[in-house]
Amino acid sequence: MRKSLLSRIPTALLLLAVALLLSSCGWSLWDSPMTTVRPKSGFGRMTHEIFMLISWWTLGIGIVVEGALLWVCVHFREKPGQPIPKQVHGHTLLEVSWTIAFAVVLLIFAIPTIPVIFETQAAPPATSLRVDVSGRQWWWEFKYPDLKIVTANELHLPAGQTVAFNLHAPDVIHSFWMPQLGGKRDVVPGRVNRITLAPDEPGEYPGQCAEYCGMSHANMRFRVIVHSKTDFEKWVAGQQEPPVQPTDPLAQKGQELFSQSACVGCHTIAGVSGGVLGPNLTHFGSRKSMGANLMANTPGNLARWIENPGHMKPGVLMPDLGMRGEQPKALAAYLLSLK
Amino acid sequence: MATHAAYMTGTKKLTAGSVLWSWITTVDHKRIGQLYGVSAFFFFLVGGIEAVIMRLQLAHPDGTLVGAQRFNELFTMHGTTMVFLAIMPLGAAFFNYMIPLLIGARDVAFPRLNALSYWVFFSGALLLHLSFLVGAVPDGGWFGYANLTSAQFSPSHGIDFWMLGLQVLGISSLMAGFNFIVTIINMRAPGMTLMRMPLFVWMSFVVQFLVVLAFPAITVALILLMFDRLFGTLFFAPAGGADPLLWQHLFWIFGHPEVYILILPAMGIVSEVLPTFSRKPLFGAPVVIYSGIMIGFLGFGVWSHHMFSVGMGPVADAAFSISTMLIAVPTGVKILNWIGTLWGGRIYFASALYFSLGFIAMFTLGGLSGVMHASPPVDLQQTDSYFIVAHFHYVLFGGSIFGLFSGVYYWWPKIFGKLLDERLGKLHFWLMMIGFNVTFFPMHFLGLVGMPRRIYTYAPDLGWNFWNLIATIGALVIVLSFLVFIWNVITTTRSGAPAPADPWDGRTLEWTIPSPPPVYNFATVPVVHDRDDFWAQKYGDGHGTPPRKPVITPAADPASIHMPPPSYWPILLAGAFFVMMSGVLVSIYQVIVGGFLTLYCMVRFMLEYHHQTDVGPPAGGHH
Ligand code: HEM
Ligand SMILES: [Cu+2]
Repeated sequence: MRKSLLSRIPTALLLLAVALLLSSCGWSLWDSPMTTVRPKSGFGRMTHEIFMLISWWTLGIGIVVEGALLWVCVHFREKPGQPIPKQVHGHTLLEVSWTIAFAVVLLIFAIPTIPVIFETQAAPPATSLRVDVSGRQWWWEFKYPDLKIVTANELHLPAGQTVAFNLHAPDVIHSFWMPQLGGKRDVVPGRVNRITLAPDEPGEYPGQCAEYCGMSHANMRFRVIVHSKTDFEKWVAGQQEPPVQPTDPLAQKGQELFSQSACVGCHTIAGVSGGVLGPNLTHFGSRKSMGANLMANTPGNLARWIENPGHMKPGVLMPDLGMRGEQPKALAAYLLSLK
Repeated sequence: MATHAAYMTGTKKLTAGSVLWSWITTVDHKRIGQLYGVSAFFFFLVGGIEAVIMRLQLAHPDGTLVGAQRFNELFTMHGTTMVFLAIMPLGAAFFNYMIPLLIGARDVAFPRLNALSYWVFFSGALLLHLSFLVGAVPDGGWFGYANLTSAQFSPSHGIDFWMLGLQVLGISSLMAGFNFIVTIINMRAPGMTLMRMPLFVWMSFVVQFLVVLAFPAITVALILLMFDRLFGTLFFAPAGGADPLLWQHLFWIFGHPEVYILILPAMGIVSEVLPTFSRKPLFGAPVVIYSGIMIGFLGFGVWSHHMFSVGMGPVADAAFSISTMLIAVPTGVKILNWIGTLWGGRIYFASALYFSLGFIAMFTLGGLSGVMHASPPVDLQQTDSYFIVAHFHYVLFGGSIFGLFSGVYYWWPKIFGKLLDERLGKLHFWLMMIGFNVTFFPMHFLGLVGMPRRIYTYAPDLGWNFWNLIATIGALVIVLSFLVFIWNVITTTRSGAPAPADPWDGRTLEWTIPSPPPVYNFATVPVVHDRDDFWAQKYGDGHGTPPRKPVITPAADPASIHMPPPSYWPILLAGAFFVMMSGVLVSIYQVIVGGFLTLYCMVRFMLEYHHQTDVGPPAGGHH
């Protein structure tokens, strides 16, 4: 029984490995929109190369060590009538050489690591697009100081352009993470942290706060939309326009409601209000998602949100304003008209 | 005052009350070890239930089993419980029970202090868990990062329970640490030089130094946090110009050595188990000892590898990256020495050995993923993702827990005088091994495809659904494995085979005395000539010296061996301390009353011996 079990282990492990491999192809394991192993920026590629280097080495070492362990267990298992083994106390040369071997392998990891540490933290070039990121419980604000644009939860970037992010948090520590574009960087109150990277190609990449920051940490998501250069310019031009006035009567009613209620205390809409505690809503209708990328930006979702935000996002700092019946619908129609 | 020996020798009648009384007043290191063990196992189950609820919540996207708040409480209490109330005390159980036996002593250096540290531990655990009754459960994560844990952002009492509970637990650990340092230095049997000390004792010795050097750092951090929360100081408040990263530095200066506090006892156990079951001495024992010391030493120089994403700047990142990689060298060396021990041996596959082998296999994987994020650029992707969750469970569960279970199976017959069932033991092992890997291996994938940790819910379209479901199924298999263990304990306690003194053909001193050992451990204090002294007695030292007949001195009359009498002052002092600490949450008057009670009990505790003219000094020492 003992022997048969042991001899079955290698087969079982092999099968497991094959199953894992198959499944990883079958479910296209690495294709998640938040994957870290399909980098889409120079920053991402540099870290990914080191990751792959270390992965192959550790995989090799792992196989050797685990294999040795298995082999020893199979080969030196007790046999009937076997004498007491020789009492070997050690072997200096062997121990010195494997100590050195480990040190050398680690050197192989350290040598490419150090330059990348410095490269990824170098000062951004003067031509970079500047974006000030502010992480808050539990949403993101993106300011383009040179373009005079403020958005929330949706970050628009031009492909191929170096972007210098300045990270700042007014409340607690958060962490700014766009897995496909590059590693995370904490957003620490009282400090300005930086991350500099250039996205390769147009596309949409989800991002998420990675440092536990309280009740709705899981819901502190955002969306990065990388445009081609010309599309980005179009987007910038659109954002710099004042928002259009609503024409639909329901939306007009919503506009009236908005400016008469507590909404204005927290939200900015250019030309209407100047609150800063909540996200800027100036061009809210042009956004694809709402609630920090929690759900699609549809009239239904939006109305339900306004009626009871805490219901959709536990702990949310936007209060229930007592909007009921037609009111949330009107407000939703108004906000969605703000293209 | 009735002594424990009096119960044992039957001169005093046993009643439920007297049994209970004898446990709460005991100062016998073996009984305190059992108290630690039972408490640790209880909390291990509590932490496990918390883990399983989390896994059920995350089994599928948009889970609705628990809400955001509850989930945050679950991972906070799960982490805190596993680290401080399960693994540390399980290690302490072995320190208490085994160290005196392994070094040929009759007790620890300060038996009443030992009882006190258990009861203080108990009150800390109680304080933490009272939060469930009050409905204000800690929710700041086990590392409780400032400034999220400030009164401004965590106004409920949850964090207060956490910070007070941890302070109490820290005091308990410090007392135990000093006690064992003194015990190991002073109480070794004649002839047991430092280099002849069993490996488990060595690794425990390193752990005690880590405890007494690391815990002050978190104590300071917790006191600063307490001042911030209770008295409105601004140590961690950016609004007051402070840097919340101060907390992280203080926490990880404690927290990283803490990881070694959790793993070194398991390494010590494995270093005892492998020689016994392969019937060879530990390969390169001095190297294993030195690398243990090295790991402990370097453990204080790597804390900022938990902070690669906070923006320390490239120089600090590079320095901590290199120090972290350095620590992998002694760790790797240990693994090869263990394999070297098995090499050429005559390996007997008992459950205890299975768990030690599981330790090596899983700890190696955890170590390798650790080396991956020792490279800061790589870590920037992996930190705070499920990759890290996978990594530290491979180290803490695959490492510490497997290693500690190896110790449970190894020393169970010595401690309880019964053999555990080997077939159930192996079933336990295989279920745990499979369940563990099915649970935690997929978390590497989840981390690599961007799943952050500490999220109570996730969207269905991110490609995380499948592996999350698999991980949850694995967690249920782990649950099954524990049921097998519990079943094993129940049935063998009822009707298991009685254990002989030396069931495994052991190598160290504890196997020379009956199972379970008498109160005084050794009728005559042994004289030691070898690291594997008992083995050398039985088979010779392997260098031509023939088996050495143990010197048979006529066993001393047990009645003439003075053991320290039971004392109720440890539990009273711990109780008074609990009243004081919990008063922080109730009223200043309770703090004052508790403070005076504590002072009073302390004085009585100190003066106790002066009032006992009928007993000698604590036994076992060679003064
Ligand atoms: C049944 C076995 C276990 C399961 C299924 C399990 C599962 C989990 C899960 C799901 C988390 C939360 C991850 C997150 O979102 O951050 C977690 C965190 C953690 N676990 Fe376990 N765990 C198990 C056993 C253990 C053991 C034995 C330890 C030993 C120390 C441990 C230590 C921790 C720690 C320290 C944390 C971090 C808590 C925090 O984030 O504050 N776990 N575990
Ligand atoms: Cu956050």
